[in-house]
Amino acid sequence: MIARLAILLLLILILPTRPAYAETIVLGLSESEVGITATFDGSDILVFGAVKREAPIPEGEPLDIIIAVTGPLTPVTVRKKARRFGIWVNTEAARISSAPSFYAVATTRPLDQMLRDTDDLRHSITIPRAIRSIGNEVEDTAAFTEALIRIRAEEGLYSLLEGAVELTDQTLFRTRISLPANLIEGRYDARIYLAREGHVIDTYEAPIIVRKIGLERWLFNLAQSQPFLYGLLTISLAIVLGWAASFAFQSFRR
Amino acid sequence: MQFYLPIAEVSVNAFLILGLGGLVGVLSGMFGVGGGFLITPLLFVAGIPPPVAVATAASQIVASSFSALLAHLQRRNVDIPMGLVLLAGGLLGSGLGIVVFNMLKAMGQVDLLIKLCYVVFLGVIGGLMLQESLRALRRAKSGAPPVRRRHTWVHALPFKVKFRVSGLYISVIPPLLVGAFVGLLAAIMGVGGGFILVPAMIYLLGMPTKVVIGTSLFQIIFVTAFTTLLHATTNYTVDIVLAALLIVGGVIGAQIGARIGVKMRAESLRILLSGLVLAVCLQLALDLVIRPAELYSAERGAPP
Repeated sequence: MIARLAILLLLILILPTRPAYAETIVLGLSESEVGITATFDGSDILVFGAVKREAPIPEGEPLDIIIAVTGPLTPVTVRKKARRFGIWVNTEAARISSAPSFYAVATTRPLDQMLRDTDDLRHSITIPRAIRSIGNEVEDTAAFTEALIRIRAEEGLYSLLEGAVELTDQTLFRTRISLPANLIEGRYDARIYLAREGHVIDTYEAPIIVRKIGLERWLFNLAQSQPFLYGLLTISLAIVLGWAASFAFQSFRR
Repeated sequence: MQFYLPIAEVSVNAFLILGLGGLVGVLSGMFGVGGGFLITPLLFVAGIPPPVAVATAASQIVASSFSALLAHLQRRNVDIPMGLVLLAGGLLGSGLGIVVFNMLKAMGQVDLLIKLCYVVFLGVIGGLMLQESLRALRRAKSGAPPVRRRHTWVHALPFKVKFRVSGLYISVIPPLLVGAFVGLLAAIMGVGGGFILVPAMIYLLGMPTKVVIGTSLFQIIFVTAFTTLLHATTNYTVDIVLAALLIVGGVIGAQIGARIGVKMRAESLRILLSGLVLAVCLQLALDLVIRPAELYSAERGAPP
């Protein structure tokens, strides 16, 4: 904690002052690396930080904080089922060239009260904007994009947590973002937006690396780089366990 | 206890998977089937992505079949030459099945094909088995001896070979075709194909029943091992952690199942099995016919 505070102080000292805005962000992360182990069951990430200002707190509307965590971008194929010959089959498909595998937004207040549409458009903060801003190769993807957002929200991969950011004295902020168990590896980004009167006045970005570690890492690499060996390993495992069961069964019967 | 599956990239409850493996093991011990036709749909329900479920179920069948084959080898109930002929066909069919599987996966129809295969085959096999075992039960009550046809059109084909253990002198073409067909199904459905191979060997090839189970197990081990290897090298969808959990549950369950099976009459066992097969079939058929709650589905592609 002391080390963390020291880093925080250091950051405050070395951060260049931005002349256009009086308020800037100093960020901390509870974890900058998340390891997926064999018994991984989701993880909570604490995102905290402070607002640094040269002048007294401006009057008027209070300060707002938006914290967004984005997962690695992958292409997604969205398919639609329709009834053909009495059964439900996949008929239409749209390929979304890249969509975040995870997206969570936490805010201090309901988004529509604290963020103007123009700023949302510029920074792609709300879920539909964040998804749409990236992949737009196929025409008429509106229904498919909506479906993707609905499906991923259902799986806990996309979430909007309004009011989840705690802001103390318009200076210290913190929130907890839950990463679900069905996480994929890659670089996640935590982005902080400082908003005043509907406008984003400062942003800050920090990476969170999510990777399989230990046995999970080894098995995954083996399956990718030595698939033949990995297949043989699986079959040997099956043969050995099958033989062991038969052996145990026989000695049990005697 | 939660386990994160490295290939499926989902976290599952270890006891749930052990339980599923065990439940199917009990049934396979009772009825002498691999249980692939049950484990694959059950894995879908447990939230495992279908391609991973299909590929991994094949490796579980290797384990349970190998365990059972050892017992049959001791009783000399395995016709190895016949097994090799079936196997040659099986490997061809399995290779073809993987090609079909990958083609349909690209088209987004793989789920449909797997489900349709299940509905058709479970329906036909379940129905035939129910009808046959009801007839056998009636016959056992009336005391009349069972009738077997020995000579069919199968015996008129060329390339005849002697199969000593089965006491047969037939063409290699029908066993090759039967083997290829089962290999194809193994690759597409993630099953060993015992539930098709066994009736085909009895009714089409005219093999004696006591040799059929051991020989079908012999062929199934190689076909499912080959399928596992093909899925591992072309799709990277075999999950070894999932396989280990299923296998441990399965082999323990099989022991319990075998004990229950010994205490029951063969006919009532077959009626129970056919009921089970038809129930799974009905469930899958209803899923296809009833309007799904979510019409869309999303499939994550490989990162660029």
